[in-house]
Amino acid sequence: MATAAAHRTDTDGARTTADGTAEFERAFDAAVAADERIEPRDWMPEAYRATLVRQIAQHAHSEIIGMQPEANWISRAPSLRRKAILMAKVQDEAGHGLYLYSAAETLGTSRDELLDKLHSGRQKYSSIFNYPTLTWADVGAIGWLVDGAAITNQVPLCRCSYGPYARAMVRICKEESFHQRQGYELLLALSKGTEEQHAMAQDAVDRWWWPSLMMFGPPDDESQHSAQSMEWKIKRHSNDELRQRFVDICVPQAESLGLTLPDPDLRWNEERGHHDFGAIDWTEFWDVLKGNGPCNEQRITQRRNAHAEGAWVREAAAAYAAKHTGETGAKQA
Amino acid sequence: MTATVTTTAALALGDDALVLSHRLGEWAGHAPVLEEEVALANIALDLLGQARVLLSTAGDEDELAYLREERSFRNLQLVEQPNGDFAHTIARQLYFSTYQQLLYTELAATDGPFAPLAAKAVKEVAYHRDHAELWTLRLGDGTETSRERMQRACEALWRFTGEMFQPVDGLDADWAGMEAQWLRSMTDVLGRATLTVPEGPRTGAWAAGAGRQGLHTESFGRMLAEMQHLHRSHPGASW
Repeated sequence: MATAAAHRTDTDGARTTADGTAEFERAFDAAVAADERIEPRDWMPEAYRATLVRQIAQHAHSEIIGMQPEANWISRAPSLRRKAILMAKVQDEAGHGLYLYSAAETLGTSRDELLDKLHSGRQKYSSIFNYPTLTWADVGAIGWLVDGAAITNQVPLCRCSYGPYARAMVRICKEESFHQRQGYELLLALSKGTEEQHAMAQDAVDRWWWPSLMMFGPPDDESQHSAQSMEWKIKRHSNDELRQRFVDICVPQAESLGLTLPDPDLRWNEERGHHDFGAIDWTEFWDVLKGNGPCNEQRITQRRNAHAEGAWVREAAAAYAAKHTGETGAKQA
Repeated sequence: MTATVTTTAALALGDDALVLSHRLGEWAGHAPVLEEEVALANIALDLLGQARVLLSTAGDEDELAYLREERSFRNLQLVEQPNGDFAHTIARQLYFSTYQQLLYTELAATDGPFAPLAAKAVKEVAYHRDHAELWTLRLGDGTETSRERMQRACEALWRFTGEMFQPVDGLDADWAGMEAQWLRSMTDVLGRATLTVPEGPRTGAWAAGAGRQGLHTESFGRMLAEMQHLHRSHPGASW
């Protein structure tokens, strides 16, 4: 970036004086104000670093835990084409988790440390993945609504002030849009299928609609990190703004799917140029966030078990690498 | 006659790929490390792609996958074996991908009906084999625990490996030659992994190694029940 030198940490001199820090801070603020990217070796406020680690880690954890509700249907996918699409999607999610852990590592943490925080409950993942996938149509509802909400949230992150995160989001958003279209197409096939299939699709949308709206986080007046994140240009829009945008996008899509959204208060408001919608059950939201959702226990237990049961495999790989360091090159030469 | 022979062969190869793909898909969300979530799903997808081409050669892919019963499946018993621990999955993968690479290399060189598929698949299969070999080395020559587990897995699956070299009608290959090469390859890889080549029989009493005739092991019926349940619950529906 253009002014990188101005606020790059001086690794030789370690300018830790109050004046020096103030100078770095001014350069950081100027870079953010000018919509420049902050890069890993640039100076940044500790709170900026901590916020990003928290957000990127939570995002990475969501990709990893988010594999579970969908993987739940891989073995039962009703056609080989759908099975291939679903497997590819779950594979992409693992890949997204890997990109995001790498982005977080540029901030001075490690994947192991972050996984440890996930397993011990010190870091969170998106509360949406604490809902169960009860029928095949849920796979479509997740693609359409959950991925749709994620994209609405994440597209602005492609312009986030932290370079590695912004670049990871560009790649991730491309793949997510693809998944979202596939989910929509899955629901459309069900909606236009037999009566039972249509009912299955409607039931899934009924169950996933409100949890999807909750993905945008608490209302603006209760969102503790929002103001600071917007100032730092980590976030570009408020929770309520994005939620409104999502509702406006979904209403016509639901119509063309031939499905209804489970909200009697949902209607077009000519004056605002937006859809009005009913009240979200914030008690449920906070409950799920606190660990009391339908699948919180199950999701984290499966993750912990996979990690614990894989320990001997990771130990074997490490032991093998230690024994054979330097050997591979010699053998191949 | 030719069509029937081709169909038999397509089902044998297609069922192998379909069933192993299903087993690998069961790992999703359970792998020991994130990179293996990606790798195992990748291999499962390659195999599912092969299965779809092969089953479509024999008929309608979904009818064949979802509406046949256990006794009509023609896959090797090896590929239907439950995942077990990671070592069992890797041993199954090592045995099968080495065989598949030998077979597809031969089929790709013929002018038979499977040559185009084999030519494409052989590249995927080389990757699968590489992945399995590398893990065999890491587990075999890793820790004491991993060596024991890998040895146990190799022993447990050994008795299903003879079936791979029973000639299949419609596949033009040197079965005895492939078997000799496969054994040499196993001796080499297991040796480098500090493991012992199992000594037990490679086919067994009447049920061991009869998958090609539609005789399967007990876990297979349960696997199919899960795989086929939704499709069978909605006869005639499209998805």
